[in-house]
Amino acid sequence: MRLRNIGVYVLLILSAVVMLFPIAYAFSISLMDGKEVLQGHLLPREPSLENYVAAFERIPMMTYLLNSLIVALLVMVGQVVLSSLAAFAFVFIDFKGKGLIFMLFLATMMVPWEATMVPNFLTIQSLGWLNSVWGLSVPFFALAFGTFLLRQQFKTIPYEMYEASQIAGISRFRFFWNVVLPVSKTPLVTLSVYSFLTTWNMYLWPLLVTNTEQARTVQIGIKQMQSNEVASDWGVVMAAVILIIIPTLVLLFAGQKHLQEGLTQGAIK
Amino acid sequence: MTVALPREKVRTRLSDAASGLLYLSPSIILFGVFLVYPLLRTIYLSFFRTDSQGTPLDFVGVGHYSNLFTSAAFWQSIQATVGFVLLTVPLTILIALGLALLANEKLKGIGIFRTVFSATMGMSVAASSVIWMFMYNPSIGIFNRFLEAVGASGVQWLLDPQYALLSVSLATVWMNIGFTFLILLGGLQNIDRTLYESADIAGTSYWTQLRAITIPMLSPTLFFVGIISLINAFQTFGQIDLLTKGGPTNATNVIVYAIYKDAFINYNVGSASAQAVLLFIAVLLLTWLQFKLVERKVHYQ
Repeated sequence: MRLRNIGVYVLLILSAVVMLFPIAYAFSISLMDGKEVLQGHLLPREPSLENYVAAFERIPMMTYLLNSLIVALLVMVGQVVLSSLAAFAFVFIDFKGKGLIFMLFLATMMVPWEATMVPNFLTIQSLGWLNSVWGLSVPFFALAFGTFLLRQQFKTIPYEMYEASQIAGISRFRFFWNVVLPVSKTPLVTLSVYSFLTTWNMYLWPLLVTNTEQARTVQIGIKQMQSNEVASDWGVVMAAVILIIIPTLVLLFAGQKHLQEGLTQGAIK
Repeated sequence: MTVALPREKVRTRLSDAASGLLYLSPSIILFGVFLVYPLLRTIYLSFFRTDSQGTPLDFVGVGHYSNLFTSAAFWQSIQATVGFVLLTVPLTILIALGLALLANEKLKGIGIFRTVFSATMGMSVAASSVIWMFMYNPSIGIFNRFLEAVGASGVQWLLDPQYALLSVSLATVWMNIGFTFLILLGGLQNIDRTLYESADIAGTSYWTQLRAITIPMLSPTLFFVGIISLINAFQTFGQIDLLTKGGPTNATNVIVYAIYKDAFINYNVGSASAQAVLLFIAVLLLTWLQFKLVERKVHYQ
């Protein structure tokens, strides 16, 4: 038994080393000067943070980070608000055609987003939303997965509570705001983490709807950097990589447990 | 009084419908504008020749589709997509399953390993691709330095048509492990512990338990990640754009990259729309397959 545990630990550590290697390698490169990168060292002789300073000075890293932050927060709020309103209607309000509308919501999950990107681009263009945070965020506010996730949670709230509140003359919205939302903190956090992660990491859509330095998100910023920089500037590129993965890694580690439960629920139900 | 009661009922029912729709309207409007309309518009445009702005000029019927099916470039992109799917999906699931089994052991400090194994879920495709781009660098990247160290000659990982798809796939497997691992670990943790306890009492080995309990009980979750991974693989774009731009000689020109190039670089919106419709049909079939099989699973129980 003891021997078996040692075996498991050895496998765990080996796997962890392999999985972490690319990230650790990137971090190590980010601390090297150009000459050392070209020599192909694994670890920096004299680690320095100069590349990080350069990332902010030579490219508008701050602008990229702020844009990504604003867009990710907007989508997060939009998805949480719209999903919780819709889920509330699906669970607590009775009306004809509800089942059909719910089926249609689920059906939206079958549409690959890429199949709609050309008309969506034209829509955003005609709205004058190219290079704006609205063009980057509003198309993603409605989310079937989020509605579905919250609906599962709202269903665990006793319907009698809703009926009692109706008899007591409490408005629907009050019940939604004062009862439903406070008891659903866990799935709301799960959805928020999921929204923020996916939006921060979005690539294709920001590539289509932004073409100015002022409007770009970090993901497009790093693409610009990588294609413009000469080989000796890999250190700066890696510093930028580390800067853009820190927020999502921190969020992932903090919300991992919630996320795992939420995503698994989607898998099982 | 006797008349007032039903009228009251009618009033509330109407207001139920109205307020139900009110709560749903933000989602319904946005789905309408950014999902239903563009989907229908894509289908419509796939039957037209358009100008560079996507304005339909003249009706060409199934012309774009028949052109695609006779075009070597289209079959090349299908081949690249299928190759990419086959190289990434099974390997990702296999590795993630192995990691999930390891991370499901009740050991001290296991939380750290769970965190590490899920890490790539927090990493964007762009950031990950840039790191792999450097690792694949022919002169200073880690792969060729390793090959040189053992006396082999270096490989043009991303420029050699023989290796490009494999290289992009390997990077993708790494990127996708985090998410797949997290789902599979969740599935493992949902398996009833008492099944293992009785198997322990009966004295069955770890591998027998794995085959007789774990894999069957995990099969719905495995199936779910299989379909999700398949659909995701069909929608791959970022790593292609950053690592190979669809090259060399279209070896990595997967379907979404082909759509992007046709629509936004060659301004051939009609043909891009036809390919988008075909992508939609492929994803639809896969999702339908999932529903069918899940349904069967439910009937079993």
